[in-house]
Amino acid sequence: MSGKILRIAAIGGAAIVAIAAAVGGWTVLGPGPMAFAKGGTVELAAYKGPSPTGVPAALRSASLVKRGEYLARAADCAVCHTVPGGQPYAGGFAFNMPFGAIYSTNITPDKETGIGNYTDAQFLDAVRKGIRPDGTRLYPAMPFGSYTYMTDEDALAIKAYLMSLPPVKSPPRANTLGWPYNQRALLGLWSAAFSPNKRFEPNPEQSPEWNRGAYLAEAMAHCGECHTPRNIGLALNNRQKFAGATNAGWRAHNISSDGDSGIGNWKTEDLTAYLSTGFANSHGVASGPMGEVVDYSLRYLTPDDLKALVTYIRSVPAVAGDLPNRVLTAAPASYKAGPAATLAGSGDRAGERIFAGACAGCHDWTGVSPLSPAATLTGTRSINDPGATNVAQVVIAGVHRQVPQDILTMPAFGHSLNDKEVAAVANYVTARFGAQGSRLTEADVRKLRSQAAQQ
Amino acid sequence: MKGTLQVNGVAHDVEAPDDMPLLWVLRDMLGMTGTKYGCGIAQCGACTVHLDGKPVRSCLLPVSAVGDKPVVTIEGVGTTPAGAKAQKAWIELDVPQCGYCQSGQIMSASALLANTPAPTDADIDAAMAGNICRCGTYLRIRAAIKRAAGTQA
Amino acid sequence: MATSIDTSRRGFLKVSAAAGGGLLLGFELLQDGAEAASAFAPNAFIRIDPKGIVTLIMPQQEMGQGTHTGHSQLLAEELDVAMSQVVLEQAPPNDMLYGGPKAPPERRRQSTGGSSSFRNGFYISLRQAGANARAILVTAAARLWKVDPATLRTSDGVVYHDPSGRQIGYGELSPRAGAITLPTDAPLKADKDFKLIGKPVHRLDVPAKTNGSVTYGIDVMAGKVPVAAVLQAPVVGGKVAAVDDAAARAIPGVKQIVVLDDLVAVVADNTWLAFKGLKALGVTWNDGPNGRLGQADIVRDLREKTSKPGVSAKNEGDIDKAFGSGDRIDVAYEMPFLAHSPMEPLNCTVHVQGKTAEIWVGTQVQTGAQKAAAKVLDVDPKAVTLTNFMLGGGFGRRLDTDMVTNAVRVAQQVSGPVKVMWSREEDTRHDTVRPYYRNVMAATLKDGRIDAWLHRISGGSVPVRMSGKPPKDGLDGSTIDGADEIPYEIPNLRVEYVQCEPGAVNVGWWRGVGPNNSLFAVESLIDELARKAGKDPLEFRLAHLQKSPRAAGVLRLAADKAGWSGPLEGKAGRGIAMINAFGSFCAAVCEAEVNADGDVRVRRMVVAVDAGKVVNPDGITSQVEGGVVFALTSAFWGNITVANGRIQQSNFHDYRMMRIHEAPPVEVHIVPSNEDPGGIGEPGVTVSTPALVNAIAAATGIRLRTMPIDREILAGRKDNA
Ligand code: FES
Ligand code: FES
Repeated sequence: MSGKILRIAAIGGAAIVAIAAAVGGWTVLGPGPMAFAKGGTVELAAYKGPSPTGVPAALRSASLVKRGEYLARAADCAVCHTVPGGQPYAGGFAFNMPFGAIYSTNITPDKETGIGNYTDAQFLDAVRKGIRPDGTRLYPAMPFGSYTYMTDEDALAIKAYLMSLPPVKSPPRANTLGWPYNQRALLGLWSAAFSPNKRFEPNPEQSPEWNRGAYLAEAMAHCGECHTPRNIGLALNNRQKFAGATNAGWRAHNISSDGDSGIGNWKTEDLTAYLSTGFANSHGVASGPMGEVVDYSLRYLTPDDLKALVTYIRSVPAVAGDLPNRVLTAAPASYKAGPAATLAGSGDRAGERIFAGACAGCHDWTGVSPLSPAATLTGTRSINDPGATNVAQVVIAGVHRQVPQDILTMPAFGHSLNDKEVAAVANYVTARFGAQGSRLTEADVRKLRSQAAQQ
Repeated sequence: MKGTLQVNGVAHDVEAPDDMPLLWVLRDMLGMTGTKYGCGIAQCGACTVHLDGKPVRSCLLPVSAVGDKPVVTIEGVGTTPAGAKAQKAWIELDVPQCGYCQSGQIMSASALLANTPAPTDADIDAAMAGNICRCGTYLRIRAAIKRAAGTQA
Repeated sequence: MATSIDTSRRGFLKVSAAAGGGLLLGFELLQDGAEAASAFAPNAFIRIDPKGIVTLIMPQQEMGQGTHTGHSQLLAEELDVAMSQVVLEQAPPNDMLYGGPKAPPERRRQSTGGSSSFRNGFYISLRQAGANARAILVTAAARLWKVDPATLRTSDGVVYHDPSGRQIGYGELSPRAGAITLPTDAPLKADKDFKLIGKPVHRLDVPAKTNGSVTYGIDVMAGKVPVAAVLQAPVVGGKVAAVDDAAARAIPGVKQIVVLDDLVAVVADNTWLAFKGLKALGVTWNDGPNGRLGQADIVRDLREKTSKPGVSAKNEGDIDKAFGSGDRIDVAYEMPFLAHSPMEPLNCTVHVQGKTAEIWVGTQVQTGAQKAAAKVLDVDPKAVTLTNFMLGGGFGRRLDTDMVTNAVRVAQQVSGPVKVMWSREEDTRHDTVRPYYRNVMAATLKDGRIDAWLHRISGGSVPVRMSGKPPKDGLDGSTIDGADEIPYEIPNLRVEYVQCEPGAVNVGWWRGVGPNNSLFAVESLIDELARKAGKDPLEFRLAHLQKSPRAAGVLRLAADKAGWSGPLEGKAGRGIAMINAFGSFCAAVCEAEVNADGDVRVRRMVVAVDAGKVVNPDGITSQVEGGVVFALTSAFWGNITVANGRIQQSNFHDYRMMRIHEAPPVEVHIVPSNEDPGGIGEPGVTVSTPALVNAIAAATGIRLRTMPIDREILAGRKDNA
């Protein structure tokens, strides 16, 4: 079980209160998301290079709505504001926190239940400060701490796009947070501490490409919201920028430039392929939340924007991860040989049996799929995560990707395998194909299911 | 892809989309219907063929990935020693019921027998668990494998 | 598969009375001149050509249950040919010739289901057909040699005249035999002379099933005809609202998009392109009123309706009075929707040409399929030619004809023949599922014996769904089947039926049909009562079966072989169950263990069968072995659920099948019997689930009353409501 989730859970009820007391200290202590880069920043207006904000050149003369569409995708609004299988942007998506669930809101132009009545100023406040027209505070599940870097122009283009959508009547769902997390007033303190309300400032010492990438990564794609660990106040800890974190039952891996645990050893073309198609040879298929990011957001980026994004991500300093190095060699062809034989030797053959029946046909006993590189387990980060968080989630939910075209999907076994069986097969495959076998229990899997559940 | 497929020792010229699974090339292009479609998602094993001697699920194997590796199907497996033994044992023990899964069962079993001449129960489980039989012929499949291996009368 | 006899061309039916129940032999094929000179076809089941090839025409379908072999044994036994000499051919659609001979002509249906192949009259009539043909051949030889027929004997397709040492093969005789007519009541062999009947015989269909040469419906004309992949409205009663076919049309090889009111189909050069085209199709559905229906609604309705008395199906003694005293127990058992999931997904190849059609399919109902197709085309059934193929599993699914009617509707839009394919997902989502059943039961014990017994059954009615009409007298006999014929001696007994249709789900015949549910409830309650009475479940049953030696016989045999009262290791238990259905008696002892997490493992299943006279003992063993796996699969995992009017399961990843390492050892013991042959395709399925649940109760003290097994209950994490 990942330490991250346990830690967040263990913080218990006191966290926000503690934060409130420690506001002053934390504000100075937390570096900004781009503070790692050498060189100082300048206000956008003072920046001499090509504009790092807005839409790509080819779209500059497109209509406001078209531009807004590109930016809304770059900012990945759709995934969080849509229930799987539901009306786009109508809200209701659950963020399962250890202390209750938060539901996303309807951002279609419906006047009663959506944002139809929002003025520009109200929209900007909501997106960049987390303040609703009635003055109440949004939970930082809405990444206003990142969107705060968005320009007025870009945010309003997104608004124009959203306003062009068909209105959907969909009342908000009540959050299920317990005390003190249900005390919205405290959120003001949180914002004061962690959300700088500050627009993007380019760094003249970095390349124009880097600056574009920074804007895309921080103001739009908000990569850090998942990939950067949070501090005790649940704010992003940029001292460990992109070092990986666990959210809603999924592990967002280390994407700092650390060698094995991060993306330091990835070829640039692999990284580009992964971001744009959700798959790269020997790195597996993006699944879960990252798969959605690719499907609904990153795949729409122009090649130049992708390149800029990659350049920026690669510049983030290495933070050593807490995961063991990946195993890059295939497991033996016989089920009898290899690390998992030890597991089998313990007398518990449940995982091996499930693997034999439901998994070996695609993934092979070697972990190198004879059918598709996309189904190769060997060398993927998730299979080498002894927490097996994503492995368990993928077994439960499968992989249903929209890109690349005709990629193999993995069926969801969550309906036919019980929690104990999911744990058994996850423990088996991490032992057989990864660096270290996981020790998931039935209860762990039950918790993972509830964290990722959408209901 | 446009090229040659080696199936049961015979070269076939094939022109098919790259991502077309071998299963459908065999069935719908070469008219070799012994290999069956059961699920299309590598869950049932009905489509099992040998690719370079290894059992693979042809329903998800893109024909472009076959290359010049030899393919053996149920129509040709009888010419291999293990395949012939399996088929004989299958007949002697009247394994099949509806028979629809049995091409795949025999392909998996003959691959097992070729690599593991005297398979244990655990070996049989590992090799055969990917093949579903809705008619429930599992007891006889196990017995037939042992008979083919000469480890059980 | 060779072409079938075309009865309409080669002869007509001559109806005449026949003795000895050999009704079928009243129908004779008249030969046209040319063929009469060459082949011998004394009746609808036998054809012998001059080369000596003996072709047996199979009235029933082979879907794995061994009927073709068993029926061949019957014919070959009396005809005196060896099994190795025969060639089989599927009968063409013809209710009169090939419908169950026991039924009066107007009610004959050529249908393979309900474990009926050996109990609908074929046991005698096929033997009679063989004997009559043999008598003609013997007569022909006697005339040829001018000897007394009584001096001739036959063996393996040859007639011998031992005194002179002469012999002649049936083939050689066949041109001479055609002209001979004899009475149709040739004597049958005495049982002691059987060479084939009752002996384990190798299945005739097996060799072709081991080398890929057998042809199923799905294999017909593979690669030679375009394939149409269908997608039907996901909700019963739903309609197509809009179709965006741009992406599908853009796929090279996609030839045509067929849009009908409740289904769409993509026609392409091959199956894969058709599936791919279907995935690329953007279809918006208008779900209609069923689009909101969920599982909970269906179950709630069922529970509500069964809270009141239903139509009485059987009423013995005075149950109301009996309930006035004694030790009473009130329980309810529920069984989920189940899919058939035959390994061969549904398919049907059709060529419509104006007002005629040709159909190639694997069906359990040839004439039913033919009629259903004719109805779509609005033509006489004769205008529809149907060729049946081997079935890659039936289990009742292929008793329905929706795969045929939909295919014909698609084919009407396509010029030339087309193979209409269902993906596995389509097969699951549009299954005609085993009904969700509820059994409300009450019983009382008096002096350790059952005194009163009420069994109220409800669940979607298959006949109602198929006919669209309410059941006759408000009673669906198929739903209460089994419950009304229990052999237990109970003085006051009432069986009731409550009609309640799930509406948004199509229900269908499923291997084991009504008894699968009704006898699960019966055998569970008997067990509960035994425990309540503090009696051994076997002894308790036997005490109520004084007048049913066959029931007691199978129970004793199964218990004996299983070592019923022997010691058991670990947290395990033995459960016993007995069923009397499909004309057979069957008992099973299940040995199961349950661990602290609620995981159940079946250690072994011992089954005793009294199926009357046995034709092929190994066929019985095989059917029971498979039946146990079929039952355990559903007991462990079988659960089709509905949300938003849609079946939620789609393929084997979410509709789980038992796999080889999960299948327990099964021992089958056959009781020698002289009773009429009973069915065997279904008893093994029906008896296994209650045996398992009774074993779980023995191991844990927990009585599971709803299927599938809920391990959360067994682990103590959930109430056993
Ligand atoms: S069809 Fe390929 S595994 Fe089922
Ligand atoms: S024999 Fe019918 S599915 Fe295996």
